[in-house]
Amino acid sequence: MPSEDTYESYYVPHNSMLPIFASLGIFLTVYGVGNMLNEAKAGIDSSFGMLVFLTGGLLLGGTLFAWFSKVIAENHAKMYSDQMNRSYVWGMSWFIFSEVMFFSAFFGALFYVRMFVVDWIGGEGDRGPSGMLWPDYTPAWPMLETPDPSRFPGPHEVMSPWGLPLINTVLLVTSSFTVTIAHHGIKEGNRQKLNLWLALTIALGVVFLFVQAYEYYHAYTELGLTLSSGIYGTTFFMLTGFHGAHVTLGTFMLAVMMGRALKGHFDAEDCFGFEAAAWYWHFVDVVWLGLFIFVYVLGG
Amino acid sequence: MSAVIEEHHDDHHHGPDKGILRWVFTTNHKDIGTLYLWFSFLMFLTGGCMAMVIRAELFQPGLQIVQPEFFNQMTTMHGLIMVFGAVMPAFVGLANWLVPMMIGAPDMALPRMNNYSFWILPFAFSMMLSSLFMEGGAPNFGWTFYAPLSTEYAPPSVTFFIFAVHLMGISSIMGSINVVVTILNLRAPGMRLMQMPLFVWTWLITAYLLIAVMPVLAGVVTMMLMDIHFGTAFFSAGGGGDPVLFQHVFWFFGHPEVYIMILPAFGVVSAIIPTFARKRLFGYDSMVYATASIAFLSFIVWAHHMFTVGIPIAGELYFMYATMLIAVPTGVKVFNWVATMWRGSMSFETPMLFAIAFVILFTIGGFSGLMLAIVPADFQYHDTYFVVAHFHYVLVPGSVFSIMAAAYYWLPKWTGNMYDESLGKTHFWLSFIGVNVTFFPQHFVGLAGMPRRIPDYALQFADYNMISSMGAFLFGFSQLLFLFIVIKCIRGGKKATSQVWEGAHGLEWTIPSPAPYHTFSTPPEDLREAHG
Amino acid sequence: MYRAKQCKWLMTLSALLFSSLFFSNLALAGWSDVNMTQGVTEISREVYDLHMFMFAVCVLIGIVVFGVMIVSMLLHRKSLGAQPANFHEHTGLEIFWTIVPIVILVVLAIPATSTLRAMYDAGDSDIDIEVRGFQWKWQYTYLNDNPGEEVKFISALKTPQEEIHNQANKREHYLLDVDNPLVIPINKRIRFLITSNDVIHAFWVPAFAVKKDAIPGFVHESWAVVEEPGIYRGQCAELCGKDHGFMPIVVRAVPQDEYDTWLAEKQEEARQVYETVGKQWTMAELMETGEQVYNQTCLTCHQANGQGIPPAFPSLVGQGLTVGPIENHIDIVLNGKSGTAMQAFGAQLNPAQIAAVVTYERNTWGNAMGDMVQPSKVNEMIQSGQ
Ligand code: HEA
Ligand code: HEA
Ligand code: HEC
Ligand code: CUA
Ligand SMILES: [Cu+2]
Repeated sequence: MPSEDTYESYYVPHNSMLPIFASLGIFLTVYGVGNMLNEAKAGIDSSFGMLVFLTGGLLLGGTLFAWFSKVIAENHAKMYSDQMNRSYVWGMSWFIFSEVMFFSAFFGALFYVRMFVVDWIGGEGDRGPSGMLWPDYTPAWPMLETPDPSRFPGPHEVMSPWGLPLINTVLLVTSSFTVTIAHHGIKEGNRQKLNLWLALTIALGVVFLFVQAYEYYHAYTELGLTLSSGIYGTTFFMLTGFHGAHVTLGTFMLAVMMGRALKGHFDAEDCFGFEAAAWYWHFVDVVWLGLFIFVYVLGG
Repeated sequence: MSAVIEEHHDDHHHGPDKGILRWVFTTNHKDIGTLYLWFSFLMFLTGGCMAMVIRAELFQPGLQIVQPEFFNQMTTMHGLIMVFGAVMPAFVGLANWLVPMMIGAPDMALPRMNNYSFWILPFAFSMMLSSLFMEGGAPNFGWTFYAPLSTEYAPPSVTFFIFAVHLMGISSIMGSINVVVTILNLRAPGMRLMQMPLFVWTWLITAYLLIAVMPVLAGVVTMMLMDIHFGTAFFSAGGGGDPVLFQHVFWFFGHPEVYIMILPAFGVVSAIIPTFARKRLFGYDSMVYATASIAFLSFIVWAHHMFTVGIPIAGELYFMYATMLIAVPTGVKVFNWVATMWRGSMSFETPMLFAIAFVILFTIGGFSGLMLAIVPADFQYHDTYFVVAHFHYVLVPGSVFSIMAAAYYWLPKWTGNMYDESLGKTHFWLSFIGVNVTFFPQHFVGLAGMPRRIPDYALQFADYNMISSMGAFLFGFSQLLFLFIVIKCIRGGKKATSQVWEGAHGLEWTIPSPAPYHTFSTPPEDLREAHG
Repeated sequence: MYRAKQCKWLMTLSALLFSSLFFSNLALAGWSDVNMTQGVTEISREVYDLHMFMFAVCVLIGIVVFGVMIVSMLLHRKSLGAQPANFHEHTGLEIFWTIVPIVILVVLAIPATSTLRAMYDAGDSDIDIEVRGFQWKWQYTYLNDNPGEEVKFISALKTPQEEIHNQANKREHYLLDVDNPLVIPINKRIRFLITSNDVIHAFWVPAFAVKKDAIPGFVHESWAVVEEPGIYRGQCAELCGKDHGFMPIVVRAVPQDEYDTWLAEKQEEARQVYETVGKQWTMAELMETGEQVYNQTCLTCHQANGQGIPPAFPSLVGQGLTVGPIENHIDIVLNGKSGTAMQAFGAQLNPAQIAAVVTYERNTWGNAMGDMVQPSKVNEMIQSGQ
């Protein structure tokens, strides 16, 4: 419950141009992507979509940069009370919750397909004799042979969990520890510790991304495992892909924190920017553990 | 850096910018609330005009005005615009105006993000509406956009539809985070959770629902995008996917969504009835628990929209029982409202009329909902006009009436002027008659076997369709009166006092009318007025 | 004065509400065009009873709840000098009105559960019929272990376009009439195996209380034992695109002997078609049959003048495959193009019909390719798995 003294100074910002530019930016970005996709599908050769996308992306990126800079500046000017900071804390937590729900949609799809659909198409289970439509199909997971191989040629092989994925698990779990150590660095006022361990965390993130990129390359070129190789490839790439995108964002956030740390930001009382990035990082880590278990180990 | 500090200094002493830029750049919760409300009203008119096209085509059997392709686009866009453009933003607008005033907060917790949440919407809806002019036409696969009609068989504009949904999702999530954080963090010192007005409670829970399910909607449209453009197999059996997977994910979002559209309405009615009954709300605690139970149950009943897709019997039974359970907490709410009215000292100003009509007509809609929940019977009801009647009863005299009730109730606070009471009453009676003439006969044609989403129908449905269309035109035109009343009230009228209504309780009634640009820059001390 | 007027309004309102409830109750008991059909199967009657029971329960609860509201609106009004009471909570009451609805719900759930169990109890069927939805027609296949005797036909809307576009009077069964109704014997357990070729449709015959979605790639079952001979009409009940409103279902339930004669006739027809595929056709024969097939099957999309509705449905005149190599033309008609509305008509039309329609398309609307296709050629392409 808010207490009397903090409430007094709740900071209500002045009118701002940032949101409208951010809105325009995000709109142009997706409008551009939409045009690119439709142009590609219709076989039209035009750079209109790309142009709009780049304009929007730059506008959005620039605005967000200005926005975050402004928040940081306001914070440094000591315009924020504890209560204000709590708003950011709550805000970040609920944002992460929404991300969790986003991933649950894809995990849900994976479970549903694995536990039910494969058998149904194979003619077993409660959803009727669907097998009569697919006489040549035998249910199996991972699905190497799809029901309709002419449209969805299945992979020859799937990813083994005990190679690159295991390495990636180790990398990411380690990085969760290193970022915590960096946090301790802030709490203890030990800047060197902060810089060192934060740099290490970022490095781990980057290596993770490279390993994953290599893994994808391997999947496409050698295993025949692609986005369009049936539902196995679909769920595999969508889940790991969205996770990868989140790692990228997380790494970027940590890199920004690194920049700030080098500028001398953060102290034991005031380090929410860092903490937010760290929470995000832990969240990404937990999602990975889910992926490792359900996509690689139990799925492979 | 010093510039920032200067800005800060004049914050609390300065009013809005002049002209249009005030609205574009504003971070003020009242301005943003106003923006949301006007936007939603514009969308209501747009979606309403589409409903008029639907009703005009269905006035008689045969194809008169539009071709089937276009009819499907109208149905789809009508549903989407009413749900995402009219009802949801209207409630967000109310939350923006009222939540800070009700809990004694200076503004929303994250004011700049608040503005961002709003301004994404006009872009998103422009993009969606522009698909009407694209080659191949607008989305034509229903507001539930079932795959594969919405993937392999969709017009090219589906890509823009998907991105529009993404934008709306981002907007809703940010808006809801703002509401949750404001309520949890910015209550006046001393205000306990169980002391908050019910409107605030219902919005807290609604916002939680939104943050939980909008990402799932984003997920399902992303799957569509991948199936359309990148060859994935989520919804194709040939690749090991399943079109029904789409429906599970969609309704996991979709069912909570319908409660998102009704919980804030419950909050509004729980504010209005005690005021005009001049008696405290009956069963405050049980109202809070009932709201929370409804929200919880809403996550575990989604497949009641899918009884005919061939779910195993255990699943059908489970989803039937779970759905029926929702009648219990909803019933508690209805009974509490009735008990609030009982032995009150009632007067029937326009907000009260709308609120009472809400209770009655929403309950009728709830009854048909309960009938739909009974699986064997749903095999006959599903995808007929009986369903259309059900959801319009809960949505139009439900959600929309509550929004109108709220507008009449708080307009004097917002504008400082009383609206024209006799015009208000006329508006109410026209709407009340119009809505029933429109949607009641739809029960009959549905039961007699008329499917929904058809541009033309067999001869035995002709009479009731004609009645329904006439009702719809009446209801539609009456809304122009509403527009007139609102504008008239903004421009002048009898001056309102701070308390406005004799029986009103709550912090918002302790500040002057119109509410000053900044309220509660220092927290209110006397919380006795806080809840009704 | 004003208050008194309001009081009258409220009285009218309550009278209105009650009477509408009352009349709708009466109406629902009697008129078939405002109420659910009782149908002609045991299951459909159970469903009807369930529906009426629920309706009655809702009306009763409504009368109690709205009754209390209306009484308090009439009596407890400020204009009559009512003073507000002070009570605002009562745990006992809250518990009471939590328990009572639960009890009512349990009472509703019991018959619902038993009816549902009966519906799901498929048992051994006498006849298996595959029901396949297409944009926008149905195909019925009487499954038979001997493929030579398999009866299979398409059933599409018969209502002429003129009636739909108000250029002719609408006759009885407007929009609910098909060229080839499904024929079934009475008092036999018919199993429907429902699936789809393209998007989701739903097979719905109200008189049997059967509604099941037809989902591409999956097969779902439903069944019915029809007790009375007659013609039963239904419609597709899932939005499936442009002509969703124009894909009715007509079932003719007939006594066993009539069914047997019908089936024998159909099997004979199937054999004949099989033979005609072997013979040499003349250009005139092909063109005549081709025109018939086109008007029946292709016209909805490609339109009477062959111009289609671009971009969704391409024109067949003077461009594209129709005036290109003949194999490609046959191929798209035979196998369709996946991901578009153009279906694999090989599943619906026999080789003679395909040969005819391809020939027709190449030599009409100003297309003058001059070539023709023999059914044997189409058959070859089918055999070679193209
Ligand atoms: C505001 C929106 C809203 C609300 C509040 C509800 C409320 C309910 N809905 Fe509705 N519904 C929709 C919006 C809404 N619905 C929409 C939009 C669709 C269609 C989507 C589409 O396909 O396009 C739909 C469709 C829909 C279906 C699917 C029908 C079909 O497609 O076949 C079902 C099935 O179970 C259902 C059930 C219910 C139930 C049981 C409730 C319950 O919450 C109602 C509870 C209330 C009461 C029961 C009345 C008050 C209670 C008492 C007085 C207590 C005593 C009563 C008893 C014991 C009976 N709804
Ligand atoms: C909150 C949501 C909401 C609201 C408020 C409404 C409001 C209305 N709805 Fe709709 N409706 C839906 C949500 C809503 N609807 C949904 C989700 C569907 C399902 C879509 C689908 O199947 O995919 C649906 C479908 C639907 C159908 C079925 C279509 C079909 O199956 O093909 C019909 C048919 O009568 C209908 C009618 C109406 C009418 C007459 C109104 C009226 O209340 C509207 C009144 C408002 C106005 C008319 C605007 C104001 C007036 C003017 C601008 C003046 C000009 C007026 C005239 C020219 C008369 N709606
Ligand atoms: C349900 C709608 C529909 C029906 C019915 C239909 N078509 Fe098509 N047809 C299409 C669509 C859509 C395409 C475009 C496919 C594509 O994108 O290449 C098409 C393409 C074609 C083409 C190729 C045109 C070109 O030049 O690329 C031919 C030939 C054709 N159809 C013939 C027929 C015949 C013959 C029939 C009837 C037996 C028929 N169609 C029925 C929708 C339909
Ligand atoms: Cu087929 Cu609707
Ligand atoms: Cu629902």
